[in-house]
Amino acid sequence: MATSSYSRVSTSVRSRAWSTRAKWTMLGGVVWAFMQPYRLTFLHPHGQGFWWLLSEPPLYVVLVGLAFAVFLAPALIQDLEEAEDAAEG
Amino acid sequence: MLPKAEFVHWWFATGFLILGLLLLAESLVGEAAWRRRPWRVYLWPSFLFLMGLLMWPVMTFYTNSTIHMLAHGSWAQAMMLAGAAELGLARGKLHSPYWSLTTAGAFLVSAAAILLHEQNGWFYARAAFLHHILGWTFVIGAAFPLARAFRPSSAVVRTGFALVFVVTAVFLYSDRDSASIFGHMSPLAGAQHR
Repeated sequence: MATSSYSRVSTSVRSRAWSTRAKWTMLGGVVWAFMQPYRLTFLHPHGQGFWWLLSEPPLYVVLVGLAFAVFLAPALIQDLEEAEDAAEG
Repeated sequence: MLPKAEFVHWWFATGFLILGLLLLAESLVGEAAWRRRPWRVYLWPSFLFLMGLLMWPVMTFYTNSTIHMLAHGSWAQAMMLAGAAELGLARGKLHSPYWSLTTAGAFLVSAAAILLHEQNGWFYARAAFLHHILGWTFVIGAAFPLARAFRPSSAVVRTGFALVFVVTAVFLYSDRDSASIFGHMSPLAGAQHR
């Protein structure tokens, strides 16, 4: 009983930690963009070449976080919950 | 026209960030939950292999010097070898956890290449500083894949392994072709960027 309760709390914490990981990554990119706006060339695109317009590092970080949130997190959280149910069942 | 070296560093930084986050996720949720969907097991090893493949165009086009070409070529081979070994372990074709030693070897080869091809001192410019610190990060970070071969299920080892990639991403994102480091920059390093 105690083990099951511990497992449920642990899984819940891991699910929450995982789901916020992607959000923290996105937030990291946004904070970076505010701290170093000159790293975002699209904010001052006049006269910039193709490579400068493609290279937007803070935006890359936001996109990585977004990709994790959309493509990886939902299935992983579902699997964690199923693993918890299986352990209880 | 070729993209500047700093752009390539930022793209690879993104690759290392993805690798680090995948490994952190695996470490956080545990191997059992991570392996519940077979495609997930292949994610980071195949991504590492892909990054090795993408190093070949870097080797081909960025030929500032022979030593740069050799360094880029050795990274390409080391990353492909480590990715292939990890793919073999993920697929179950390779059984011995000691195959993880190839990743430790890849870390050490990469560290040697990055330290040897940087000819300037630590405070010459930011790029030189980052080369030195990246090299030593991989020398010290090699302890994690080494430990992973002997204690593959250790959460500390897995998390440390993941964080080496995240730290590498931060260093690579900090790179500029010519910028100062802690207020130091050699007059020989060129005009400073923003």
